[in-house]
Formats: sequence, C-alpha cells, structure tokens
Amino acid sequence: MSAPASAAARVAGRGASVSSLRKRADQFGDRALFGVCLLAALTAGAVIVLVGYQIVHGASPAISKYGFAFIYETVWQPNFGVFGAGSLLFGTAVTSAFALLLGAPIAIAIGLFLTLLAPAGVRGVVGPLVELLAAIPSVILGFWGLLVLAPFLQEHVEPTLHGTFGFIPIFGAQETTGLSVFTASLILTIMVIPIIASISRDLFQSVPAELQDGAAALGATRWEVVRGIVLPTTTSGVVAACLLGLGRALGEAIAVSQVIGAGSEIQSSLFKTGDTLASRIALQFPGALTELHKASLFYCGVILLVLGLASNLVAQWIGRRFAYAGAVAR
Amino acid sequence: MSSGAIPDPTAPLTPSGNLRRRALVSRAAEIGATTAAAIAIAVLAIVIWTVVSRGAKAIDLDFIFTGYPTGVGPMLLGTIVIALVATAMAMPLGVLIALFLTEYAGARGARTLKLTLDLLNGLPSIILGLFVFALLVDHKQQSAFSGAVALAIIELPLIARGSQEVLQLVPHSLREASDALGVARWRAVLTVTLPTALGGIVTSTVLAVARAAGETAPLILTTSVFDPKAFSVNPFEALPNVPTWIYKLSEEGNPEGFTEAWGMSLLLVSFILFASLGARALLARSKRKLSS
Repeated sequence: MSAPASAAARVAGRGASVSSLRKRADQFGDRALFGVCLLAALTAGAVIVLVGYQIVHGASPAISKYGFAFIYETVWQPNFGVFGAGSLLFGTAVTSAFALLLGAPIAIAIGLFLTLLAPAGVRGVVGPLVELLAAIPSVILGFWGLLVLAPFLQEHVEPTLHGTFGFIPIFGAQETTGLSVFTASLILTIMVIPIIASISRDLFQSVPAELQDGAAALGATRWEVVRGIVLPTTTSGVVAACLLGLGRALGEAIAVSQVIGAGSEIQSSLFKTGDTLASRIALQFPGALTELHKASLFYCGVILLVLGLASNLVAQWIGRRFAYAGAVAR
Repeated sequence: MSSGAIPDPTAPLTPSGNLRRRALVSRAAEIGATTAAAIAIAVLAIVIWTVVSRGAKAIDLDFIFTGYPTGVGPMLLGTIVIALVATAMAMPLGVLIALFLTEYAGARGARTLKLTLDLLNGLPSIILGLFVFALLVDHKQQSAFSGAVALAIIELPLIARGSQEVLQLVPHSLREASDALGVARWRAVLTVTLPTALGGIVTSTVLAVARAAGETAPLILTTSVFDPKAFSVNPFEALPNVPTWIYKLSEEGNPEGFTEAWGMSLLLVSFILFASLGARALLARSKRKLSS
C-alpha cells in the first residue's frame, strides 16, 4: 500500500516549489498520523499493565501480611482486622459454576434454535432480543432480582425444591428474605446466557452446509446432524464461549451484592446467604476505614483479576488455536 | 401394521421402531431448543415489564427536572456529564487504535493489539473501579472525572473493535483512486477513509455509550458521595448519577425509594434499549452500504 502511495507522491511532488512544500507537509503528516495511532495502540497496552500494577500495589500490605494463606483462610472480620478470602472464593466458585451449568445448555440451545430451527423472520427478532438481555444494566437486573425474583423464589421455588430434594444438603431450608446464593446464581445465569448464545450462534453458522447436508442425505435426523456434525466441529469454540461467560460471571459485583445477602460463612445449602469476591469489594470498599481492610479488598481484586484474565486468555487461546472457533476471537 | 406378511397398503406412512425413536428424539431436541429461546425472551419480557409498569408511576416532569427529594434531575444531568467526558476520552483513542489496526499494524501487531483489546473488554468493571480509585481518588477526593476514566476504559475496546470492523469495509477502490491522484496517506485517511466510515464509527460509539451508561461498579468507588439536590456539571467534583443512586436506594429498603429507583431504571433502560436498537439498525445499514 505504501509503495505506490509514496511513488505517487514523488510524481506529484516534481516541479513547482509549492509542491515540494506540500511534499514536506505530507511527510510530516504521514509520520504524525502513524505516531498518534501507535501512541493510541500503546496506551491500550499500558492501561492493562497499569491496572495490574495498581491493583497489586493496592493489595501489597495485605499480601505481605497474609501471603497465600489469604486465599484459603475463611475468617473475615473487619472489626478485628482479620481477613481471609476463602468463603468469598467459595461463593464465587459456586455461583459461577451454577450459572454456567444452568446457563450454558440453555444458551447453546438458543444458538442452535437461531441457526437451525428459526425461520428468517423469527431469527431476526429473537437474536437481537437475546442480545438485549446483555444490555440491561446489572444494577437494574440486581434490583429486579431483589424485589421480584428473590421473593418469588423464596415463596414458591425454594420450598418446593427443599420439600422434594431436601435430603440433598444443597437444597436446605429457605431463609426468610429470599436473598441467597441460589438467587445470585440465577441472576448470573441470566447474564451469561446472552454472551454464550450469541457466540455459539456465530459458531454454528460457520459450520459448512455441505457437511450438514451430507449427513441429512444419509438419513440423519435434525438432532443427529447437530449431535454428529454441528457440535463436534464447534466444541472448542463453544468451550471458549463458556469461558468468556465464566469471566463475566466471576467478575459481576453489583447485581450479586444486591441479592446474595452478604453472608460470611461457607454453607452447603444454596438457599443460605453467601458472598463473592467481586460483591464483597462493592459492598465494603466504600465504607472501608482501615488501610488493611482496603488492602484486603484489593487482594480480592488481585484474585479476581487473575481468574478473569486467565479465563479470557484461555478462551482467546482456544479461539485462535482451533478451527471453527474463529468467531470467539475474530 | 395389520396381521399377515403384506403390510396394509392403505395405512398412513408413519415411521416405526428405531426410526420412530430417532424422530422422537429429534423432535424433543427441537422442542427443547425452542423452549430455551422462549425462556430467554420471557425473562427479558418480565424484567422489562416490571421496570415499565413500576417505573411509569414515578415519572412526571417534576421527576425529571427537579432535584431531591421530588425528582432525580441532578442524577440524570450527572450521568450525561460523566458519559460525555468518558466518550470524549474513549472515542478519539478508540478510532486511532482502529486506524492503527487497519492501516499500520502487521499481522503480528494486529493480533497482539486485538488480544489486548479483548482482555481489556473482559476486565471486570469492579476491577476498573479499584484501579481508578487507586490511581485518581485514593488520598484525594471522589470526582466524576475519575468515574469517567473508568467508563472510558470500558468503552475503549468496544469503540476500537467496532470502528475497525467498519474501517475494514471501506472499499479498496476509494483508496486506490486517492493513491492514483497522488494523495498522501494521511490525507487519504482523513479525507476519504474516515468520512466514509464515519456513520459506522458513530454508531459503534453509541453502542459503547449504551453499555457504559448503566455501569455501576466503577462509579460507587469514584463518584458516590454527592449532594442529590445540586445540579452541577463540574466533572472535578463527585456528581450525582443514576446507577449509584439506584444502587443506594435498592440497599436502603424504603418503599418510596424503591418507586424512585424504578422510575430511574425505566429512564435508563429506555435510553439503553433505544440507543442500542437504533445503533444496531444503523450499523447494519451502513455496513451493508459499504460492502455492496
């Protein structure tokens, strides 16, 4: 691209002195534009590095005081200056895993519906609507969860589940408010579905039609085409999409803090209160008074940053490494 | 099948045995997939319906134009200021990054830069809140500007990736024509490429703003202690804003506050839905126009 451009500039620059002035201006302009663009690109990289540095720097008092024990110690008592993120890590793991276990199959099914089943008109409406689910601000979804979903679950769903499956410890007796790990997990499920659904739809669309037609010509039913052709060719991409959804679920602070009830203990029942890393930061940081309390919350941020970056990096790596996962990392 | 070796030729053609089982499984899968889509749409409908039905009661002219306790004017104004400041930072930077990706970066550089943008996009917003707190607020005071910096970081990858996709669609013939006329690269970029892609760039920006407008986590660390009565546009003090106010009201547990919060939710959701639906439609149109 640049060779013909500079050649053209050379031809145009021949002759009058006005043109040579213009040529110099163009040289300067070219370099300047390249310079600012490069600067902008470097800024993006610098922001990531700076984020990592600031978070670790903020956490350094807590890191030097607790070391790695912070990750598994479960006592968190700001009044006594004792901090450990074990129960938060547990809460993060449970809510994210629940959201993914429930959300991923639904989202993949939506992706299949949009690519294989829905007529063009329905597809044009349902696809954007599912993506709109991701556009609802988390604070509003959390507020809805607090006032609508939590009471509903507390009155109708949790007693039924407890009554039927009460012998399994995760379905314990419900609390009075409906604020629980279960409610938070469902809110996170609503958040991960649009992410996984839209990526998996793009993936399924990339599966070559010849393969599907070939299977259909051999007598495969629609489900057998999906099971034998569509899903196997896109497995890696779907896994990557789930990891991106996981990254979203891990890091959600606001909506979770509104519905999880801010409990401090590890409980086997999903219907008890709990807390996650991100939600603890959102709830306690504005009111944190001591430096150690702030530093501990920054330490939670470090854990969150590592988990978030790891899930994103692995998703990107899978996206680049395997064929038909291209839609994840365009 | 009737008795005897010869099947009844008048019987309807229905699958039997294994074929019947396979058809049933396939049918069940179809129903499952359709149900999944229906569930997602139902959840969206329930959430929107709740926000609209409960929020509409709160909204009148006083609600929009006066301050606390009768209205939320200062929060609306503050949110607009924060979003404008954030976009003023993120948009030029994002477009320049997109230009770098399409004009200058080699394959390797582009891959690294795209990975960086994706990682930036994947950062939890509470982390960005902590980051900006440590960078700009700690030992100083809260300000709308620091909140805007966090929102700008959220908008940046969205604007950059969106603009890059549109810039890539600018027809080569336009560039070749300007090259043939001896136009320097920077002039071609500024006078041919960018104007052609402008529509798409603006709509990508609107989408990014719609995403950032509802972000709460960074704002509760950077601009949450404010006077809910004061109409102010000074970005160097903590400005009232819609998301943190909804969050605060939802934590307080006061029924009147809930009504107010539903009202603000309705305003916020309608802005976001209209902005993103409109921008999406325009983006699809300008992409179609460019690629045809």
